[in-house]
Amino acid sequence: MSDGEQVKKGKGTVFVKPEVCKGCSYCIDFCPAHCLEFSREFNRKGYHFPVLATPEDCTGCDLCGLYCPDFAIFGMRFKDMEQRRHAAAPEPLIPARG
Amino acid sequence: MNEPDVLACEFENPVMPYLRQERLPHIWCPGCGIGTTVNCFTRALTDSGMDLDKIAIVSGIGCTGRVAGYMNLDSFHTTHGRAIPFATGLKLANPELKVVVYSGDGDLSAIGGNHLIHAARRNMDLMVVCVNNFIYGMTGGQVAPTTPLGATGTTMPYGNFESPFNLPFLADACGAVYVARWTVYHVKQLAKAMLEGLKKKGFVFIEAMAPCPTLYSRRNRLGDGVDQLKYYKEKSKIVNGANTKDVGLTFQGEIVVGKFVDRERPTWLDAMNEHYTQHFGERFTPYGVSHAKE
Repeated sequence: MSDGEQVKKGKGTVFVKPEVCKGCSYCIDFCPAHCLEFSREFNRKGYHFPVLATPEDCTGCDLCGLYCPDFAIFGMRFKDMEQRRHAAAPEPLIPARG
Repeated sequence: MNEPDVLACEFENPVMPYLRQERLPHIWCPGCGIGTTVNCFTRALTDSGMDLDKIAIVSGIGCTGRVAGYMNLDSFHTTHGRAIPFATGLKLANPELKVVVYSGDGDLSAIGGNHLIHAARRNMDLMVVCVNNFIYGMTGGQVAPTTPLGATGTTMPYGNFESPFNLPFLADACGAVYVARWTVYHVKQLAKAMLEGLKKKGFVFIEAMAPCPTLYSRRNRLGDGVDQLKYYKEKSKIVNGANTKDVGLTFQGEIVVGKFVDRERPTWLDAMNEHYTQHFGERFTPYGVSHAKE
């Protein structure tokens, strides 16, 4: 959830792209902190997407991101987010080419 | 509850740089496990630190065959069952490449079954990721060589009576140097196995069991994708180094997962170079040696 940083209770947060979610519930069922749940709203395709129900429990471990077959959710630790935000040149996510 | 905003993502999903984003969302069904194996593969690529220009991904036909189209690597979507021959050619024409074959159980073990066994026999330097969903997914749920006894498919409405392949045993018997099986539930272990496979020289075979909620689970009344993952969680037993003879799968029975084989054998190129150097001496220039030294 994009406004996770304002809440800033746990060690991390998740980011969800509701429009690409297909509602398979992998992230919800296998979150080690049990902090996700289905939203009450639908996305455009009619699926319920995950939302962070208990932000204070989220550790930003990114296991939801590893499970998600639709690349719709990922987690991040606040520590890494700060680092990424303040880094002069953000560290590339993928190894260099060529 | 705060409503998440679509556009407010300040950070990018770490998987995204590896994908051709203009082709997303992908065609895989809700609850299909193939996307999860792609996550594991991208994690392994990140952890390996390899130059992405030196990696090529080849896949055949089928649901898993779409992976080559979605990965932002040099990729090759080949004819049905012939992913391994194309990958062999790619590898031998440019021995510096690390070639990954990413395909499904039907493509690799049925239509391309002969190529699988012969590539393993020759110990061709390939990494083969076989996503096993027990059925032909894209064509409508026909029985595949991996469908367990008793399971139902569209071509076997009263249950399957053909003995299925035990893929790790097949790969091991043919001479693969690295054989592992993980399920989509074991994401961390699968990512680690893929990392080890990328680093390993020789024929690497990784079987990734994945749910097919639309055909396999629905026809056999096994629930949704997540129910299959719960079954994997409940019934899987990690036995590293298990005898591959004993790791056959039964319908909704116990699943033995783990790293079964990790050994050393000369690859096809190494064996060829050694043999001809012995035979011809100075007259023979070894081929692809810069890679062979690595």
